[in-house]
Amino acid sequence: MRWVLNTNLELKTFSKKVVARESFGQRYGAMLALLVLIIFNMITTRYFMNVQTLYVNFTQVATIVIVATGMTLVIATGGIDLSVGSLMAISGALAPMIFLHPSLPPAVGVGLAFVVPILVAGLFGMSNGFLITRYGIQPIIATLILFIAGRGIAQVVTNGDLQTFSNEAFQFIGRGRPLGFPVQVVLMFVLVALIAWVMRATIFGRYILAIGGNEAAAKLAGVPVARVKLAVYAISGLLSGLAGLIVIAINAASDANQGGLNMELDAIAAVAVGGTALTGGKVNVLGTLIGALIIQLIRYTLLAKGVPDAVALIVKAAIIIVAVYSQRTKQS
Amino acid sequence: MRSDLLLEMQNITKTFPGVRALTNASLQVQTGEIHALIGQNGAGKSTLIKILTGAYRRDSGSVRFAGTNIDFRSPQAAQNGGVSTIYQEVNLVPFRSVAENIFMGREPKKFGFIDWKGMNSQAQALLERFKVEIDVTQPLNTFNIAIQQMTAIARAVSVQAKLVVMDEPTSSLDEAEVQVLFDVMRKLKASGVSIIFVSHRLDELYAICDAVTIMRDGQTVHACPMKDISKLELVAKMLNRDLNDLQSSGRTGFKQSQSQNQSATLRLSAKNLQQGRALRGVNLEIKVGEIVGLAGLLGSGRTETARVLFGADQLSSGEIILNGQVQQFRNPLDAIKAGIGLCCEDRKQEGIIPYLSVRENLTLALLPQLTRAGLLRGIVNSAKQAEIVQQFIERLGIKTAGPDQPVRELSGGNQQKVLLARWMCMNPQLLILDEPTRGVDVGAKIEIQSLIQELAQNGLSVLMISSEIEELSEGSDRVIVLRDKKSVITLEKHAISQESMMHAMAHGTTTHEVGFEYQS
Repeated sequence: MRWVLNTNLELKTFSKKVVARESFGQRYGAMLALLVLIIFNMITTRYFMNVQTLYVNFTQVATIVIVATGMTLVIATGGIDLSVGSLMAISGALAPMIFLHPSLPPAVGVGLAFVVPILVAGLFGMSNGFLITRYGIQPIIATLILFIAGRGIAQVVTNGDLQTFSNEAFQFIGRGRPLGFPVQVVLMFVLVALIAWVMRATIFGRYILAIGGNEAAAKLAGVPVARVKLAVYAISGLLSGLAGLIVIAINAASDANQGGLNMELDAIAAVAVGGTALTGGKVNVLGTLIGALIIQLIRYTLLAKGVPDAVALIVKAAIIIVAVYSQRTKQS
Repeated sequence: MRSDLLLEMQNITKTFPGVRALTNASLQVQTGEIHALIGQNGAGKSTLIKILTGAYRRDSGSVRFAGTNIDFRSPQAAQNGGVSTIYQEVNLVPFRSVAENIFMGREPKKFGFIDWKGMNSQAQALLERFKVEIDVTQPLNTFNIAIQQMTAIARAVSVQAKLVVMDEPTSSLDEAEVQVLFDVMRKLKASGVSIIFVSHRLDELYAICDAVTIMRDGQTVHACPMKDISKLELVAKMLNRDLNDLQSSGRTGFKQSQSQNQSATLRLSAKNLQQGRALRGVNLEIKVGEIVGLAGLLGSGRTETARVLFGADQLSSGEIILNGQVQQFRNPLDAIKAGIGLCCEDRKQEGIIPYLSVRENLTLALLPQLTRAGLLRGIVNSAKQAEIVQQFIERLGIKTAGPDQPVRELSGGNQQKVLLARWMCMNPQLLILDEPTRGVDVGAKIEIQSLIQELAQNGLSVLMISSEIEELSEGSDRVIVLRDKKSVITLEKHAISQESMMHAMAHGTTTHEVGFEYQS
């Protein structure tokens, strides 16, 4: 009954008046939540207002943001990618095996350790897209396969062992500070800007939104739906691969059991909090950055206040609900 | 005899916010009668049925069923009250067994547990009445649609229904399966059950129905015994055409074309198009600069023809020749590259991308041509894009707050103009328009029609599908009539008239062999 009412209300708005495009909450909800968190910490948390805290938060959030920008594209097509965490584990497992390999000269080894794991993750991402476009499997199921199998693959290639290492050249990606800025933070901002620009300026970006907005119509307008989806899942895989490298570089260790664990949840939450519609067709790349920052700041705040982990999870969920609720599309 | 009346719906009115779906509609069904309910899309058939079966509540009016006033609050209540519905898409649980589906919700029990043996044998017996002998313990989805439908009917019968509503039950059945269904319907009738039968196939209505109710624009326009109405009269009533008043009234935006300025060059010819059960032999030819109308009742294969020509569905056999070359479109993109555009019948489902702007919607198909050159390939040339969008907004008089406005906020007519512009900016050779003026206001309708004519005069070939007989008779240079998934006749310009079209839709010919007088 409610569904019937809604469609008819929509009919009415078609003919009568121009509806307000976005409510205040939809447009500024996430931004506002972030500001509240910052102000709250400025007042109550000691040492919050210094560069060290800023860097700590940014370096911790960088991997979430990098994965979440890829996730943003996937979600904008109306899909979802559950495999990102497992792909991080795969790329994190592969890299040390390459640069620690005795037969490779150090420079070549490190070079390959950056390129190969990311490409492998990208190929796995593309295989997600292949299952979805070729066999019509629902994205949540298609990517669930790699979510499960991916971590298994990472554990098999490493025999489940923790690989520890100390390799300054490789660890630059997680510990380097060119001009004093943490390298992954720079990467994060560059990628967010790049993806935001792609969505705004390129044909590819328009196609993503058209597919998410109305796939049948997009197909009939000549949009190469399968190719665009394939590309989107491949990009999500590539970015997950990159994030996997950053994580092991920071830790100076690769753990197939832990690398990227629960990342899919953080990434999806960041996208949702940031205002990208989970139904597809609408995108807010900058919002994803803000969403990730909110999640990070909540984690930091709770830690700083000494809230137990178990309680912290509940608080996190509650704040996400509030943020998403404030942005919901007004139906009536 | 009044006492035989099983169902009497009177003065039924139903309003949805902004839309009046039914105005004083009525429906009367006798006991043991097969009653046809017909009408065009949007005539109000399904709303009326949903009110009967409790899916909707009426605003006003009365429903008398089996001698008492009733007001079913849910489909469940209607079923318990003796009204069962069989939907077009079988509404059962595919992975459960046939027997479970028949008895779902009221399984026979023994000591509080399901009596499987009893249930299976009862199901078997029920189906045997309809000469269907299958293993009822197998999952429903292992059987074909016909058997699934029989299962639905068996379920309806087993709840002691007095009235069975069948909403287009034959649309997915082949000929032999239809005959089995008809046998079942006759058996039901013989046992005193009434049936409301919704179908768009005229031959079927005449083969099985005793009486008919015709609806149009939310009202009941005619009801009579089937034998008292000819096919032609039936079609005329559905389309709102008085047989005695068929002069063209000039209410469309098409000007009576003075000179036929289309050349003799053939743009497209399609030979014997076949596609499973959806198309069974469609032939058509379109010349350069010609508007060809595609006429036919609902379900006659018009939209299916448009989709195969555009590569959206694949042919099972037949040939499409564009500009002298045989084409095999694997997808719409192939057809677009060959110079074809398609404006779909269902604007909301297959046309607009609701949340994208007017600009993005208008240029969606053109995007590959809006790319910058060289290294910047793939980046939209937004200056060029803005220029084209502005040009078409002005040319078509699209009423919008600006190119950035989401297209869902536009009126139906303006959305349709955006979709027309989407193809016009491609400079196509052939434009297929499926119901180009459905659901648009009168002003926009006339504008769109004169635009179509203007485009054709500039050399565009147009295939126009329409349910409005007037639009076809006044706008087309030639009309091809489809009936039952086949093209039955081609009417040249001089032979196009509303009565010739209706005659072809009803009988498949234009010969006036039935006892009617026509005015010229």
